Parts: sequence; structure tokens; C-alpha cells
Amino acid sequence: MNGAVDKLKLFLRRPSGVLGIAILVAVTAMALTAGHFFPDGPTRMVARPLLWPGQQAGLLLGTDRMGSDILAGIMYGARASLLVGLSAAAVSIVVGTLVGAVSGYYRGWADDVLMRITDAVQTIPSFLAAVVIVGVVGASLTSVIISISIVSWPMIARLVRAEFLRLRNFDFVHACRIIGMSDARIILTQILPNCLSSIVVASSVLVATAIIVEAGLSFLGLGDPNVVSWGSMIGSGRTVLRAGWYITVIPAAFVVVTVLSINLIGDALNDALNPRLRER
Amino acid sequence: MTAGSVRIGGGSRFFNGAVLRFVARRLLQALIVMLMVMTANFVLIKLAPGDIVDVLTGSSDMTAEQIASLRQEYGLDQPVIVQFVKYFARLAQFDLGYSNQFHDTVLNIILGRLPTTLLLVAFSVILSIVIGTVMGVAAARSAGKLVDSAISALVLLFYATPVFIVAIVMILCFSVWLGWLPTSGLYSVGAGHTGFAYIKDVAAHLVMPVVALCTFYTAIYSRLARATMLETMHLDFVRTARAKGLSERRVIYGHALRNALLPIVTMAGLQVSSLIGGAVLIETVFGLPGMGRTAFDAIFTRDTNLLLGVMFIASLAVVVVSLVVDFLYALLDPRVELK
Repeated sequence: MNGAVDKLKLFLRRPSGVLGIAILVAVTAMALTAGHFFPDGPTRMVARPLLWPGQQAGLLLGTDRMGSDILAGIMYGARASLLVGLSAAAVSIVVGTLVGAVSGYYRGWADDVLMRITDAVQTIPSFLAAVVIVGVVGASLTSVIISISIVSWPMIARLVRAEFLRLRNFDFVHACRIIGMSDARIILTQILPNCLSSIVVASSVLVATAIIVEAGLSFLGLGDPNVVSWGSMIGSGRTVLRAGWYITVIPAAFVVVTVLSINLIGDALNDALNPRLRER
Repeated sequence: MTAGSVRIGGGSRFFNGAVLRFVARRLLQALIVMLMVMTANFVLIKLAPGDIVDVLTGSSDMTAEQIASLRQEYGLDQPVIVQFVKYFARLAQFDLGYSNQFHDTVLNIILGRLPTTLLLVAFSVILSIVIGTVMGVAAARSAGKLVDSAISALVLLFYATPVFIVAIVMILCFSVWLGWLPTSGLYSVGAGHTGFAYIKDVAAHLVMPVVALCTFYTAIYSRLARATMLETMHLDFVRTARAKGLSERRVIYGHALRNALLPIVTMAGLQVSSLIGGAVLIETVFGLPGMGRTAFDAIFTRDTNLLLGVMFIASLAVVVVSLVVDFLYALLDPRVELK
């Protein structure tokens, strides 16, 4: 328990990590309270289109080209970004950990087959693959999450495999085997907990990447047509870039700041959990 | 050879049994990747609404008999495994089918679009390596000072900004506000430029797409160069180089930074794959007639055949590049085991 407290202290010593947490908490709060502040949803026409931020009282960020409140779009968009980012990261972590654990623990032909598959998926241009999957299967929140997961799990698989290859020969693992513990139990309760810090650090990269990919897909019009997201707001604002650049720049800024905050948290986590690398 | 150039291992090294085995092994891996891409394409066709012939012909003007004979040819009355093998056989011969939207074979359409994408990707790789390295070196030389902090902040920003957002912000600044650069296309239609004027025109159209596409990897190369510099600047061989009286530039780029060469080659290989994906966004934003734009158009015209063709050719391009990178790697570093 003491170790966890020490790590928390290490983390909190990095002001950038604390800043990252603060931003992410704010964005999460926006996502959670969107329905409270805007019960009618983000697409309702509330005023004249193309009102600049502050031009009319009560419309803090102005209106888009359809006369919807941009603030409402931003808050509902936070929901879409975080939902897709976290779900895709969760699926990738589960799949990647499973593949990596089996590969690294059993080695042999299972390792060969799984690693060839991992190689192949890593070689394919991942954004193009996501575009193709969503394009063929059809755009929905689920297909976006699945397509991002399909292209992102290999990173985790490689990481977990490397950790398992390292840890499988440690004495404590041999000891477990000698007392007759099952493979599944050794993998889940003995080796996996020792990989957790690496997985946690890598998952911050996964979430950030997933948010970027989701924004890119919905920017291209390949997001769920019934969901307002930051990417789709940027995409629709682009057509009126000359008349109202704020419509594009506001959601774009939210994407950048959110991804930045997750990267800052990841860097701070890395420093706190992998002290060996701290000099870098 | 000068001190700064890379020494290539003994001449016979590349013509013995170990090399042949290495080449064979890498080719086999490349083949496995392509087989998996083909399998994925087949699964996607199966997932798409309609059967394979619907996909291959699109909403076409073929007669019912033609379609029926095509169904027989593809063996749709036969088990899935037979269809699978037939599909493989066609792809292996680069028969990617026909696009009714463009009235041409998918292969011809893609080959026509490929040069634009390759131009975009090649320039982005080069530019990001050059700018990233210069930034990293500048940061390392002023480690802990203002310049270093400024570059670190810039790198963080580059890391967090998706390429299409960079693209739009650049359009806003340099086209909408300043009016310096054209926003779309590969050249000015109807201007009739020739010779140098034409090259200048194309360059003006490509500046923003290339810069937008390379920001993310500029950040990566910058971190790489900075870390390498900080590790090597105190080592003896760098001090020796200085003591020999070499210029600071020769010391840095000829000696200290040499250690970054291999990670840069590895990263450049990965970058190509990622940039081809990014090209979908960049080519769409800037209206460039490349492969990525073709994929985007194919989705909205429901031309699944063309879409999967782009996927196939793009994967093939990446596989070829990664093969080249592996051989380059072995060539650059005599320590690399050929296995």
C-alpha cells in the first residue's frame, strides 16, 4: 500500500500531470452534465445561425451554421470522444493482453501464429483500415469503436508479450508451477499484476490515439450520423471557414487540449511507475 | 569514405547462405501479411450488404445473364471456401475488379492516383526527419534552457494535434487570412503553366499538405534526436572528434547523431504506413487526387470494390517499404543478425 502512496506522490510532483488530470476532469464533467444543461440535445436550433461567441447573451460559444448552440455540441461531443476513446482502449487492452499473455506464456506455435497476425495488423495502414471497416460495415458508434480496437490492440499485445517473456522465468513463477497452480491462475494472479504499470502507461496512448482516430472518422462523415462529436463539428464547420472560423476552431481546440491532457497524464504516469526511465 | 559516412560490412556478407535465408524469411513474412489483408478483404465483402458479385459489379448496367454467369464464375453456388480460393486467385493476379463509377479497372484507377500519394508521403518523411532532427539537436544543445523548453512545448503540441486539424488551421492562416497559398488541387486548373512555372505551381499546392502531414512525426524525430544527443555528447568518441579539431557541425551530424540513424530508419518505415492512413484525411481536405481521396470517394459512391482495392494496394506498398527498410537496416548496421 505504501508503494502506491509513493507512486501517487511521484505523480503529483509533476505539475504537468496534475494539469492533465485537471483538464480531463473538466472535460469529463462536461460530458456527464451535457444532458442536464441541454436536455433537448445538441442539434436543436436555438438562435440565428452563425452568431459569434458572445454576440448574444446566453450563447457563450455562439451558434453554428444550423443555428445550434456550439456549447451544447461541445458538451455532447465530449461524451462521444470520451466514450469512444475509453471503450476502444478497453477492448484493445483486453484483446491485446489476452494475445500477448498467451504468446509470451506458452511460446511455441501459438506464439508464432499470434505474432504473425500481430505483425500483419501492425503493418496495415491503421487509419485507412478503420475507414475501410466503417465504410463497408456502416457508420455507428459501435462500428467506430470496433474498427479502432481492431487496429490498436497489437501495441498492447507486443508489450504484454515482452513482459511475459521476461517474467515467466522468474523464481516465483517456477514456485507457483511446482505447487501445482493452474496456468490460467499463474497468468492472471501472478504475472499479469506485474505488467499492470506498463499497461496503464500504454493505455493513455491508446485513449489519446482512439480520440484522434474517432475525430478523424467523424470529420470525414464516417462517424455515427446520430451523434454529434467534435470531429463532425469540425467537418461541418469547414464549409463556412471564411464566414465563421470559430465554428471549426472551437471543437478543434477541444480535441487538441483533451489529447494533450491525456498525453501529459501518460508522461507523468510513466515517470511515476517506471522510475528507471526518469532521466529521459 | 569519409569519417561521417556509414561503413558497410565486408563485401561477401550479402551473398552467402545466411543472407538468402534472411531474404526468404522476410519475403515469407511479407506474403503472410498480404494473405491476411486478402482474407480481411474477403471477410469485409461477406459483411457488406449483398453478395460478392453485387459488390464487384456495383449498381451496374450489366445484363441479368452477365451477372448470372459472373455468379457462376465466382462459385457463389459453391461453399464459402471455394469462393475464398477463387477470390484469392483473382487478387494474386492483381485482378481487383471493375469500377462502374469511373468506367475503368480498379487497378488502373489506383495506379493513376498512386503517384500523388507517394509524392506527398515521400516529401513528408524527408521533411519531418530534417526538421525533427534540427529541432532535437537545438533542444539538446540548450538542454534545460529556454530554447529547450520552447521546443518541448512545440513537440507536445505537435503530438496532440491530429493532422486534419493542422491542415485546417493552416488553410485558415495561409489561405483565408493571408491569401498566400491555394487551398485545393494539385495544380492551378486552366492556368496552363509549363516548365519551371508548373513546378512552382505544384509546389505551392503541396506545401500545406506536406507540412500538415509531417507535424506528428516531426515531434517523434525531435524527441529521438534530443535523446540521442544527450546520451552521446559526453562520450569519449565525441570528445575525440572535438579534439581532432572538427567543426561543431561535423561533430554533431557526423559523430554524435550517428547513433540515431538506425532508430530513424526504423521509424521512417513505420511512418510510411501511418502517413498513408493520414493521406486519406489530408487528400480529402486539400482535394488532392490521390489514393486516400479515392478511398473516401469510394465510400460515398458505395464502390466497395474500389475501396478494398485501395486497401490492398496500400498494404502492398507498406509491405514493400518495410522490406526495403529491413534490408537497409541490415546494410547500415553490420551488427544486425540476419535471421
